[in-house]
Amino acid sequence: MKIGLLVVKEIKRRKLNFSLGLLSVIFAVASVTGALTMLKIHDINSDKLISGKEKETRERLAVLQDDYRKITKKLGFNLLILPEDQNLSDLYADDFAAKLMPESYVDSLANSRSIFIRHLLPSLQEKMIWPEKHRTIILTGIRGEVPFLHKNPKEPIIQAVPKGTIVLGYELHKSMQIKEGDKVTLKGDIFTVRKCNEARGNKDDITVWIALDEAQKILNKEGKINAIQALKCHCAGNSLAAVRDEVHSVLPGTQVIEKGSKVLMRAEARDRAAREALEAIEAEKNHRKSMRKEQEHFASILVPVVLFGSGIWIAFLFIGNVRERKSEIGILRAVGVKEWKIMKLFLLKAVIIGVLGAIAGYFAGLGTGGILGGQFTLKIFDINLLLIVLIFAPILALMAAYVPATIAARQNPANVLREE
Amino acid sequence: MEGKSDCMIEINNVTKTYTKGNAKVKALDNVSISAAKGEFVVVKGSSGCGKTTLLLIAGGLLQPDSGSIKINSQEINKLSQENLAEFRADNIGFVFQQYHLIPYLSILENVNIPSLAHQTNNTEARAIELIEDLGLKRRMLHTPAELSAGEKQRTALARALLYDPAVILADEITGNLDEKNALIVLEKLTEYTNSGGTVLLVTHDDKVIKFADRVVELKAEE
Repeated sequence: MKIGLLVVKEIKRRKLNFSLGLLSVIFAVASVTGALTMLKIHDINSDKLISGKEKETRERLAVLQDDYRKITKKLGFNLLILPEDQNLSDLYADDFAAKLMPESYVDSLANSRSIFIRHLLPSLQEKMIWPEKHRTIILTGIRGEVPFLHKNPKEPIIQAVPKGTIVLGYELHKSMQIKEGDKVTLKGDIFTVRKCNEARGNKDDITVWIALDEAQKILNKEGKINAIQALKCHCAGNSLAAVRDEVHSVLPGTQVIEKGSKVLMRAEARDRAAREALEAIEAEKNHRKSMRKEQEHFASILVPVVLFGSGIWIAFLFIGNVRERKSEIGILRAVGVKEWKIMKLFLLKAVIIGVLGAIAGYFAGLGTGGILGGQFTLKIFDINLLLIVLIFAPILALMAAYVPATIAARQNPANVLREE
Repeated sequence: MEGKSDCMIEINNVTKTYTKGNAKVKALDNVSISAAKGEFVVVKGSSGCGKTTLLLIAGGLLQPDSGSIKINSQEINKLSQENLAEFRADNIGFVFQQYHLIPYLSILENVNIPSLAHQTNNTEARAIELIEDLGLKRRMLHTPAELSAGEKQRTALARALLYDPAVILADEITGNLDEKNALIVLEKLTEYTNSGGTVLLVTHDDKVIKFADRVVELKAEE
């Protein structure tokens, strides 16, 4: 007779005892598998969410990058051409260049065969008191774009202010409640308000724009300007030095500085957007990480408690089984069955409970975890976890059954055989 | 009590005392019994005189406080538990009043149970032979619950005879049997002793005596 036959027949005889043991292992394995499956689903969802966000960010950055490329291609440098003796500290302190240069400079530049310089805008600026309104203003006389004779500019950058009209900065028209179409007097001359600008948050908000020759007249500086703006200057390799050299070759008595670069600002904006997107992804990652930690913490408490409880429960079931089989054990000992074989009877049963419980518990846990985690796909199936529970569930059952099996093997058969 | 030559069972000056709480009960006091090869020895005595204790000590299932037990020339109370189990499997067959059959096994499987204690367990043919011999053929695949007391005892006897042990130790085996079944069992034991086996049977049943080669009376301590 094989010992396995005895074990199987005993299981068939005492189905309740076996079923309760099996249920206990199923519950323990299902708890472990369920908890780990939920963690896995969390990881899958996190990866999906984060990679989705990263992809979205990459796409948005690619669009920004493309915009940037297009913008930089079109913009080039923005330059300010000033009289050579203009102190730059004064320029930054006073918000305008006090030194003057002939207005004819702009024509000289326009008439040159410059390959880099485009869109020339001469201007005369001076900070003054608007006598009629008692307000400090920056009076700016502009002439509009000066055409290059050898080129055919496709688009004017800034429209000239027509004679007899005036453009007002936001702070001026708002505080004085001036509307477009109103008439205003500036140093005795009457101007029609052509445009009231939106707020720009800089000196433009206290600037008044009029035609250049009218400004020269008001300021008694006929034929003079103090700056030429050269916008969208292009040059191979974006070399500012090359552009400067070209300006100096035409206008030796000038200096060239780069104005606040729009390209730089847009690049900064793009970097800021990228940084914010990355920070948002990082925040999401941290949030998911903290959620996972909470789940891990819960699992780290639940799993040992369930395993311990199951182990105790199985041990009690086996103790009951040993008591029930006292007479059987007694006769087995009487016919010469050795202690280790008696133990084997119980331990083999524990292994059967462990293996069947591992398989059933794994799929029960997988199902429960899948339902609770909101994902029920093949991705959550983990062959390694199945193998692990197939090893550890029988070990748990063996550990739980070991003491009762030892008690069974060591019980004195004479006591049973004498009593009954 | 003197035995014949070619001694198969030698119990010498065995004493056994049970302790129940503070009370001590002497079950056996300096008892000596022997049985020769092929001898049917009946130990007769009233209830509580220590018959079962004597049988369990003879089978190595209980350790005496003092004295020695030799079975088939082997002093068994000096063997380790492992060796004793092996010795029992090879030399001793037990038959108890309460049969001690395993309830979830068939009669054939119950008879075959001693094969668990042996390396070779192709004993099914021998088991079937014994079952047929003891008139249990049609009950072979039944479970003990479906058997009468006589059939159960015959099953227990078949189990004891499976490996043709040198000694059979029997405890009140006719206690629950009717005359017909008692006769079948005792005749089978006689057949066993005639073929060279030794039987030590403890009982208080007088009808067993006529089958005995020798009767030994065990008296309870006054």
